[in-house]
Amino acid sequence: MTTSQTDIESPDAPDVGSSTNLLAQVKRIWQGDSGLLPILIGLAALVIFFEVRTSVFLQPENITNLFVQSTIFILLGMAEIWLLLLGDIDLSLGYATGLGGAVAVILVSNNYRWPWYLALPLALIVTISSSALSAFIVIRFRLPSFIVTLAMFLGLEGVMLYIINAQGTGGSVSVQNNILYNLVNGNLTPLATWIFVVAAAVLTSFLMLRADQTRRKSGLGGRPMWITITKIALLGISSLLLILVFNANRSTFAHVVGMPFAIPIDLFVLAVSTFILAKTKAGRYLYAIGGNTEAARRAGINVNRYRRMAFMLSGLTTGIAGLLYVSRLVGISTGIEGGTYVLYAVAAAVIGGASLYGGRGKMIHAVLGGLVIGTIDNGMSLINLNAATQLIATAIVLLAAVIVDSLARRGSTTTR
Amino acid sequence: MSSAPELPNVSTPPTGPSIAGNSGAEVFDFEHLLSMRDIAKNFGAVQALRHVDIDIPAGQVTALIGDNGAGKSTLIKTISGIWAPSAGQIFWKGKEVHIHTPHAATDLGIATVYQDLALCDNLDIVQNMYLGMEITRFGILDEIQMELTTLKVLSDLSVSTVSSVRQLVGSLSGGQRQAVAVARAVMRDSELVILDEPTAALGVSQTKQVLALIRTLAARGIAVLVISHNLNEVFSVADRIAVMRLGTLVSQGPVANYDTSSAVELITTGESDRVPSTFSSAQ
Repeated sequence: MTTSQTDIESPDAPDVGSSTNLLAQVKRIWQGDSGLLPILIGLAALVIFFEVRTSVFLQPENITNLFVQSTIFILLGMAEIWLLLLGDIDLSLGYATGLGGAVAVILVSNNYRWPWYLALPLALIVTISSSALSAFIVIRFRLPSFIVTLAMFLGLEGVMLYIINAQGTGGSVSVQNNILYNLVNGNLTPLATWIFVVAAAVLTSFLMLRADQTRRKSGLGGRPMWITITKIALLGISSLLLILVFNANRSTFAHVVGMPFAIPIDLFVLAVSTFILAKTKAGRYLYAIGGNTEAARRAGINVNRYRRMAFMLSGLTTGIAGLLYVSRLVGISTGIEGGTYVLYAVAAAVIGGASLYGGRGKMIHAVLGGLVIGTIDNGMSLINLNAATQLIATAIVLLAAVIVDSLARRGSTTTR
Repeated sequence: MSSAPELPNVSTPPTGPSIAGNSGAEVFDFEHLLSMRDIAKNFGAVQALRHVDIDIPAGQVTALIGDNGAGKSTLIKTISGIWAPSAGQIFWKGKEVHIHTPHAATDLGIATVYQDLALCDNLDIVQNMYLGMEITRFGILDEIQMELTTLKVLSDLSVSTVSSVRQLVGSLSGGQRQAVAVARAVMRDSELVILDEPTAALGVSQTKQVLALIRTLAARGIAVLVISHNLNEVFSVADRIAVMRLGTLVSQGPVANYDTSSAVELITTGESDRVPSTFSSAQ
């Protein structure tokens, strides 16, 4: 990117640094450093709309279902963010997730009877290897990841079809293992739900308060206290609501309560990935490479090494998504729509606030974007709109998100 | 190319015991921080540099001037390890060194700020300053320590125009970006900072800020080598001037030995009657 500067700029720095200034906050939002406010408002608007239209949207059973439904979008979105940060993309994730899931299902099936503790890790190794292969080709031959992963997309679908058909069970294999089945369909007990959510909320609040305190102690000032307090209050309220939702009985025939296992798994992946991106050198370097590859190289960063790492972390996340996918559908069939899933994954990341141009995005963006897609999916089904309308609605949300991304990008460069 | 005058080797080699044919293992008193002797660089049949002798003293600003294609960029890339010279010797603090990689240059204490500045717009000032050399505690980035040091380095350099070191570099003005790039070099304990046309894209007040920053560097004992096309700027900021033409260094010396018209003559013809002959290549 050429940096063109004009001579008419004012010598004074634009006052975007002080976070107390309301105008500065508005400016930050315009420059794409907005945090999560726009997407949270959008999500709230969707929820209100569907609740008004259906009056059952906010029922505990539907909300729980919504979270489980969104899991695949959330995890694939996080997998995609590892690469979007670099300005790369992986189109093969949809079928990589299918292949990983298929490997797990087949190995624990009655044909092979592998124990789950071997089959599940092997499925993850398969998806990591497939991403590593993409990375190798992209780096070794200096090809755009778009094209390489397009080829992988076709190749992985082929491999997946081959191994499923080889089972001789008519194009689908069902889950015949309790552990794999319970990944999504099992629930924590109500007490465990309480403990887990409260512990997670308390830990998060503690970390936020401690970070603030360290800053203040070192004399650097920091965020105004009310921002942190507001965040913690919101966290507390939403945790409480979630506990009540998950612990309400959601079956008319039996007593089904507790948080589905899928949600702690999502949160765990989110926490680890966020830690790597925000707190380690490796994460910092991914942002640097995505922002200015040449600058990163001149700073002594081994660019290819970190690109490989990003691809493999993406593969790992894809594998976890695959396991949850087959668990939720209690099997794998040749009919999996890997193409649609990968597009939803990119959409989730971008709707959430990650940039397609590289260098900007957080893992939480995939979670919120995935929830938006899940909400549209879920709500449209509730008001009996057909697939055609659902696709069009998702398309409009995605377009809105990329336009906002593009405008934010322009906003952040014209101030120079 | 053959029209250029054959150069006698006028400059004296660095002081000290016999240097000729030495492995460069011993260290001796040095007069200049960096000295280059008889440097040549060929790209196939093209001779980009021929018989270049240049001395860069510590604590002074040396301006490298010359027309487009005179070899200025080739020379600084040789110093900063982008490529090795085809022939000749480089002395760093009086000791012969071989700078074959950018890393080797950085290790010696040579930092080059190219025109593109090599900053990441999507990272903030602190993150850019520490890129590639982050401070960590138990593997976790120590943001507080990095921010404190950044604040100190910027205030040492009297860079006061940035309102927050946590603002994204993409939102900074051209002069501020230049300042961040220079501060980055200083923070890496560089003893020689090379600036490639630092003011080329800047307005009047921003240029002033950058020139002031260059003087601050020299006052701190850092050697500065600055490429510039703007002679007014050169005469306002430089202690020494080195003139290149057609791949050779035609003249170098204290700024007092030159004026604008003699500098222009040297740039365009390689000769000037009004420059003391010891420093000029004029025969």
